[in-house]
Amino acid sequence: MFNTLASPFRKLGELTINAVWRLGFATRFLGAILMYSGQSLMRLQMTIREVYFAGVLSLIIIVVSGLFVGMVLGLQGYNTLSRFGSADALGALVALSLLRELGPVLAALLFASRSGSAMTAEIGLMKATEQLDAMRVMAVNPIARVVAPRFWAGVISMPVLAALFNVMGVFGGYLIGVVMIGLDAGTFWSQMQANVDLHSDVINGLIKSLVFGIAVTLIAVFEGYDATPTASGVSSATTRTVVTSALVILALDFVLTAFMF
Amino acid sequence: MSHDPYIELRNVSFGYGERQILSNINLRVPRGQLVAIMGGSGSGKTTLLRLISGQVRPDSGEVWVDGKNVATMNTRELYAHRRKMGMLFQFGALFTDLSVADNVAFPLREHTALPEDMIRDLVTLKLSAVGLRGTQTLMPAELSGGMARRVALARAIALDPELMLYDEPFTGLDPISLGVIAHLIKRLNQALGTSAVMVTHDVQKSLEIVDYVYFVAHGEIAAEGSPETVRHSDSPWLKQFVHGDPDGPVHFAYPADTSLADDLSAGAR
Repeated sequence: MFNTLASPFRKLGELTINAVWRLGFATRFLGAILMYSGQSLMRLQMTIREVYFAGVLSLIIIVVSGLFVGMVLGLQGYNTLSRFGSADALGALVALSLLRELGPVLAALLFASRSGSAMTAEIGLMKATEQLDAMRVMAVNPIARVVAPRFWAGVISMPVLAALFNVMGVFGGYLIGVVMIGLDAGTFWSQMQANVDLHSDVINGLIKSLVFGIAVTLIAVFEGYDATPTASGVSSATTRTVVTSALVILALDFVLTAFMF
Repeated sequence: MSHDPYIELRNVSFGYGERQILSNINLRVPRGQLVAIMGGSGSGKTTLLRLISGQVRPDSGEVWVDGKNVATMNTRELYAHRRKMGMLFQFGALFTDLSVADNVAFPLREHTALPEDMIRDLVTLKLSAVGLRGTQTLMPAELSGGMARRVALARAIALDPELMLYDEPFTGLDPISLGVIAHLIKRLNQALGTSAVMVTHDVQKSLEIVDYVYFVAHGEIAAEGSPETVRHSDSPWLKQFVHGDPDGPVHFAYPADTSLADDLSAGAR
């Protein structure tokens, strides 16, 4: 009787302790990554290789999505703005929505599902097939050799990908607004130029994407390193990477926006 | 060269949490000898290798390797210790994102500052030692199980270790690959004077090549001896193990709490 009553509370306690423990572990893991980063940044070749896998191979999805998001913004924005007779402001609308919000957030979500999941699966499988153990036995620290280069690759790639997303989005908005609907190109660009501020819009957006990059990549490498070394363990770790990343991106976005704008 | 053994475990006990894996193990590996640790699955054999390589620390007892106690080493000393050691993992544990040549070159690149052309020559020599010269550009996914094991062996000996650890080197190999690997292990031991510990449950093949055998059961050393004494031992336990009989002092079935009749639904009638 007592056991049946107590069991939900016990479960809750277990879950809480587990969550706090993992958070602490992830923080110490970040500390370890930073500590061993020197070695991996000295051998830049390793990090560049990971930038290729995490960043360059994400180009297609980022470029195509950016273009479509920009085109949708062009259509929807024109629709709404023209009701108030201010269709001229379309360039400013497209650029501001992308730079402040959509670019960093959507690029980070795409990056988490494309590259974050791949990192988790790769590190998790390396663990499952004893490759990380083999490294340790060869007196090579897997955090320095495997984790740190991937972490830095993610941190470097994310702002660049978000910037590219923005560029493609603005181009998409231009295609719809100017080429298809026939707004004046001069107005489109000059409105954009007049309303976008380098510091408060462009830089803040880049800071956002840098923070997302750190968060997503840390989650990805941590989940991979912490994965149960079996097929099902790696698969659930990969799922957790995508789910946790998405939630963390949106939560961080709220916090950052509240502070910045 | 000193006369004390290369490896000596004194009263070593180890457990994961509540579960006791090894208790009071005493084990010696003399310099230059090939020693096998045998026992059923789950008897704690692999844990012994992990203790020797410093991947886990004993709860109590001492692990002496080449005059140093692995149990009390800090990370820096541990890494220095591992540089003198090569380990062959059960399924090779080759790095799947690197080619065969890069796999073998991995320890050389990490721990030496040799020029690239010398590394290439060393890789070729190590690969030809395991009979796989010409596979340099292949990826691990393109290798058969036996070939992967031999590449892993080439990688393990890349730095000419003083100590080799083999984790189940014969598992899942066809008889020919098995013979080749066994021959290589023996030759490495004899030609280079490497001390070696081999964890295995392949009794017949191991008895052909090793100098001494320890049998582990239920986390304790159940028997030990040279291959000759083991073969002619009249201990019922050893006889069962060496001949692979299902009946004997070792029970094949897992000790269930209830009887079979109770577990079957018909027993509830």
